[in-house]
Amino acid sequence: MRTICFYFQVHQPFRIKPYRFFDIGEDHHYWDDYSNRSIMRKVAQKCYIPMNNLLLEMIHKYNGAFKVSFSISGTCLDQLEAYAPEVLESFQRLVATGHVELLNETDGHALCSLKSKNEFHNMVKSHQEKIKRLFHGYQPKVFRNTELIYSDNIGEMVAELGYDGILTEGAKHVLGWKSPNYVYQNSKNPNLKVLLKNFQLSDDIAFRFGNRTWADYPLTTDKFVNWINAIPQEEEVLNLFMDYETFGEHQWAETGIFEFMRSLPDAVFKHTNFNFSTPTEILKGARTVGKISVPTPISWADEERDLTAWLGNDLQDEAFAKLYELEDQVNAIDDAEIQRDWKYLQTSDHFYYMCTKFFSDGDIHSYFSPYETPYEAFINYMNVLSDFILRLKEKTAALPKAKKKKI
Amino acid sequence: MKVLMFGWEFPPHISGGLGTACYGLVKGLAHHNQEVIFVVPKLWGDEEPLADFVNASDVVIDYRENRFKKIWKNLTYLEVSSFLVPYLGPEEFKKYTDYTVHDRMDVDESVFSNKFEFSGKYGKDLMKEVSRYALVASQIAKEKKHDVIHAHDWLAFPAGIAAKEISGAPLVAHVHATEYDRSGESVNQPVYEIERAGMHAADHVVAVSQLTKNIIINKYGVHPDKISVLHNAVLDASIIKSDATKKVPEKIVTFLGRITYQKGPEYFVEAARKVIQLDPNVRFVMAGSGDLLNKMVVRVAELGIGTKFHFTGFLKGNDVDEMYAISDVYVMPSVSEPFGISPLEAVRHNTPVIISKQSGVAEVLRNAIKVDFWDIDAMADAIFALLHYDGMSKMFKELGSEELKKLKWEHVAAKLVKIYQDTVKK
Repeated sequence: MRTICFYFQVHQPFRIKPYRFFDIGEDHHYWDDYSNRSIMRKVAQKCYIPMNNLLLEMIHKYNGAFKVSFSISGTCLDQLEAYAPEVLESFQRLVATGHVELLNETDGHALCSLKSKNEFHNMVKSHQEKIKRLFHGYQPKVFRNTELIYSDNIGEMVAELGYDGILTEGAKHVLGWKSPNYVYQNSKNPNLKVLLKNFQLSDDIAFRFGNRTWADYPLTTDKFVNWINAIPQEEEVLNLFMDYETFGEHQWAETGIFEFMRSLPDAVFKHTNFNFSTPTEILKGARTVGKISVPTPISWADEERDLTAWLGNDLQDEAFAKLYELEDQVNAIDDAEIQRDWKYLQTSDHFYYMCTKFFSDGDIHSYFSPYETPYEAFINYMNVLSDFILRLKEKTAALPKAKKKKI
Repeated sequence: MKVLMFGWEFPPHISGGLGTACYGLVKGLAHHNQEVIFVVPKLWGDEEPLADFVNASDVVIDYRENRFKKIWKNLTYLEVSSFLVPYLGPEEFKKYTDYTVHDRMDVDESVFSNKFEFSGKYGKDLMKEVSRYALVASQIAKEKKHDVIHAHDWLAFPAGIAAKEISGAPLVAHVHATEYDRSGESVNQPVYEIERAGMHAADHVVAVSQLTKNIIINKYGVHPDKISVLHNAVLDASIIKSDATKKVPEKIVTFLGRITYQKGPEYFVEAARKVIQLDPNVRFVMAGSGDLLNKMVVRVAELGIGTKFHFTGFLKGNDVDEMYAISDVYVMPSVSEPFGISPLEAVRHNTPVIISKQSGVAEVLRNAIKVDFWDIDAMADAIFALLHYDGMSKMFKELGSEELKKLKWEHVAAKLVKIYQDTVKK
């Protein structure tokens, strides 16, 4: 059996509003409701609604032979509930077909897997509950970590939580001569299967599709099918992992991205010996070829496929350290707003905005950032965090003595 | 005494301390019944009528005057590209440097037209405006009767020199800041040349502090006898009662100013860390903008004090007052500050101040803690003491406001009139 596995990441962060020093201690609402709402509405119109409709149409057309998987971050689900309930309903319809698999991730699209096992468990659990609540008791079997961040240790934690598999990047520096087109096992706990992104073919769609300066522009289904056929016969699993916003948002409708997807299954069925599967189906039937060793964390970001988009410079490290210093304190406080803000403050995007890697060129990262510079992102985030710390202090002071002692 | 005064800006349209100082002086001179013709490159029409204002943009130059041509010849050397300009905000500076990198700054034909619209800003065409301003000055000097010429800072020095050339009246050059204050040892040569020429062409030089006088002697080679020190004053010595209230429980220590080399922001950051180590119940605020802002942000992150050290960006209007009002200590760690008016503003808000010994204001403000800008231990000590020893901050509050009352522009103007008289006599 040779198969293609589509996984789409659906995520929106809660962006922070311009929050000044003068607001500390007074204004406890951090979120930029206006821009979060308008961005969600824009992306819903350009991507979520048309692409969901298209996928539903294709699933019906092929009687379930075409299938996809999604991971929808908890922050995105919260925004869908608040700002785009019709999109949430259309995801629910997709899942109801039985040919769409949902994955679990950390509820806050957080980086906590790198810092705290306890917080990681909390975040996964709350995402499980959210998926269960919104999708008629649905229970994902496969996990994907924020930004496909993965290491042997993270895999081990995920296995402990009872998952069958995890998705990550087929990073070159990890694979070496090996191919991403097989099912691997976690090196510490072989029960956990690892699916690796074929970044070449994934990024042909996600990043290069509309690029007119690309030698292979325009990308047609014929061309893509030829490339698929060029994969050695013994390699069985082609993982095409990408942001869902690829469709209509990163690649505009005018590029023909929707038409490409519409006609891809026909071309695959006619000209290749591949079919389509969801991650769970693959894990059930697949032959594993061995363990993959990933001692230091990898991700699907940038050329380096490492963590440097979110962590590593002084700004990011300081914000990250100061945030997670608060964990015990937060856990002792039973307050819905504190818990919500704690979750949203952990979203990886806040740290991404502080990345200085590309600042000198001023391109790529800036497209996704509401800030003009990483320094502004840091200043704003730290002001908010300072207020959050004050609130924690107040709430802690109000706790009964026995509980306080533990912190 | 009729004074022909050349400035660059006048309230309410100001971007630096120069405008405020000119306003104070003119007001003080008016108090002593001195007649002032005040020339600025651009008038906005809403200036307080304290003097006979002349808008350089309105002056028509009569090119038949042969003497003007000679002046113009001497001015052409100003038409060089220059990157460093005082009081440029970071945004303006970026625009300005973008412009000069991409375009050549040639002598513009419009300089030779009969009339010329000055922007009056510290922008990209500054050198052009400075030289044109001088040409206008000679026309004014020919038309308006005066006993003495008074030029403020290098921007107006060529104007002062040109006016002197035409009328023969004595020139007083007033130095509010030198290129050494603004740029350290990496001075902008054309600006330095103009400053030097102005000081040497002047019959008398006025410096805003002893500190500045020393720089003028050592760096510009002017004879000490030719220089008088005239400290700045405050327009209003009354204590400002603000209804701004602090929203955080911690005490607040503030730096407010341009975040540039001259202001010594890095010493403030280092001192902050030392204080926070001892007392976590303090917040530090760096208000302002400038080319060292990003560097300071990174340093704060590196020191791990990001939730105790805040940046506000550039503040204006009420925000400035609020910032002074909610501060428990104000620090001005300037590396080189000819005068430095902001600590006096802090005192007016009843906020105790720490100032660097390398500031002119340290010569007049007795009730302030003075430290060397580089001595972060002493700075941290002083901050800690003012935050924790109530008696000390109380004393500074009481005495500081008393002291302000002595710093009046009328007193400054009286000394200035004496300088005019002595200069004219010679």
